[in-house]
Amino acid sequence: MESSTLFSLRLSLQVAAVATILIFAAGVPIAYLLARGVFRGREVVDVLITLPLVLPPTVTGYLLIVLLGRNGIIGGTLYRWTGWSIMFTWQAAVIASFVVALPLMVKTARAAIETVDRNLIDASATLGHSELWTVVRVTLPLAQRGIVAGLVLAFARALGEFGATLMLAGNIPGRTDTMPIAMYAAAASGDRSGANVMVLLFTAISGACLYAANRLGRRTA
Amino acid sequence: MRAFEKLIIVIATILCCTAGAAWSQPGQELTVAAALSLKSAFEEIAVLYEEKYPGERIRFNFAASGVLQRQIEAGVPVDVFASAASRELDELERKKLLADGSRRSFARNRIVLIVPAGVTTRIHSFADLADIAVKRLAMGNPATVPAGKYADEVLRLSGMRDRLSGRLVLCENVRQVLDYTVRNEVDAGILFATDAAAVRGVVVAATAPAGSHSPAVYHAAALKDAKRGAAARNFIDLLLSSEGQAVLKRRGFQAAQ
Repeated sequence: MESSTLFSLRLSLQVAAVATILIFAAGVPIAYLLARGVFRGREVVDVLITLPLVLPPTVTGYLLIVLLGRNGIIGGTLYRWTGWSIMFTWQAAVIASFVVALPLMVKTARAAIETVDRNLIDASATLGHSELWTVVRVTLPLAQRGIVAGLVLAFARALGEFGATLMLAGNIPGRTDTMPIAMYAAAASGDRSGANVMVLLFTAISGACLYAANRLGRRTA
Repeated sequence: MRAFEKLIIVIATILCCTAGAAWSQPGQELTVAAALSLKSAFEEIAVLYEEKYPGERIRFNFAASGVLQRQIEAGVPVDVFASAASRELDELERKKLLADGSRRSFARNRIVLIVPAGVTTRIHSFADLADIAVKRLAMGNPATVPAGKYADEVLRLSGMRDRLSGRLVLCENVRQVLDYTVRNEVDAGILFATDAAAVRGVVVAATAPAGSHSPAVYHAAALKDAKRGAAARNFIDLLLSSEGQAVLKRRGFQAAQ
């Protein structure tokens, strides 16, 4: 395997891993609030988080540039203060993957949390435990498999993120060319053998992720 | 009514309303695959063509020349292919995919260095790109985008290519180079003079001198498998006619010879 392919694979795994950690940190509380919380605008939050799942990745990418670019609403301030812009960095690829893959995690985890037996949660409360203790020791452990399945799905999606990543992180060979971007470049420039190697490798990894998610998901029910 | 039936009705309605958009049978339609940098000029020439040959319609497919080449090799039906470099047509010719004797060069372009408008910049020439303050430079991917191939030649000839690696944002087409530069996401961009002239928001800092890259000559040819071979040749003739050349000149292209 060529060293550039190896670099792209390593970068993709790194980006997907960091994105998955962030998705876990943000996704579990969001999924819990959506499943159990009673607050105004709950469905609005759900829609906003799910949108990247159905929006064309180019739209998501465009919105992220508007937010995070050098002239962006958030990115502009950051650039003026620090002189650093997230555009065209591997961190930008993490952000793109995070936004696109988060809904998979939230959807799966929300469904898992909603199916946790209400009686068990009530029992915990009856025994005098606080809500936080109940969440951490009862609800989340019971929904564990769904949460892990969601994480695996999110990881697979983050690994395959292309459209928004290309717009936000660009294609800087040896810096931001993740596997999907390297594959696109190889296919577009007629590098069949390079594309074939990457496609096989990538299909195998993604297939393994889906298989794992399916097995975990089935045992939840 | 059950939800499933409602869904069927909604989808059926969408299909009825859009019938004719994607799968209308082309009557007298000529399919032209052309380099993205030709877009505005070709759209104008299409009007001339449709006036000259009543009943004819032109359908364009604009993309980076290298991308179009792959599509043609994969069997996408195309009547005319207009590329921003000779490389793509050379390869198609070797694979015997072009109609014999139909190939013509019809225009030439220049390579320029652009910077975002309204920003204080230290970049006033290609040599200034060596400056460490240049953090991001956008150009087309040399493997697929002709403007990127010429940009790559300019950078290599001046010995800056290696020093800039890791700072080159390779774009999939010239529009992306423009967009990043207009938005000030990159410090500078390299593309065709005609593309730079087409938008506000960028300033041309320098023009690549003759001899700093191979001549950026546009070539067009009819495809061997063209369903509309005669119409394809008519279109290429129109490109070379005084009317066609006048449009290209107005859009900033130079004559091929």
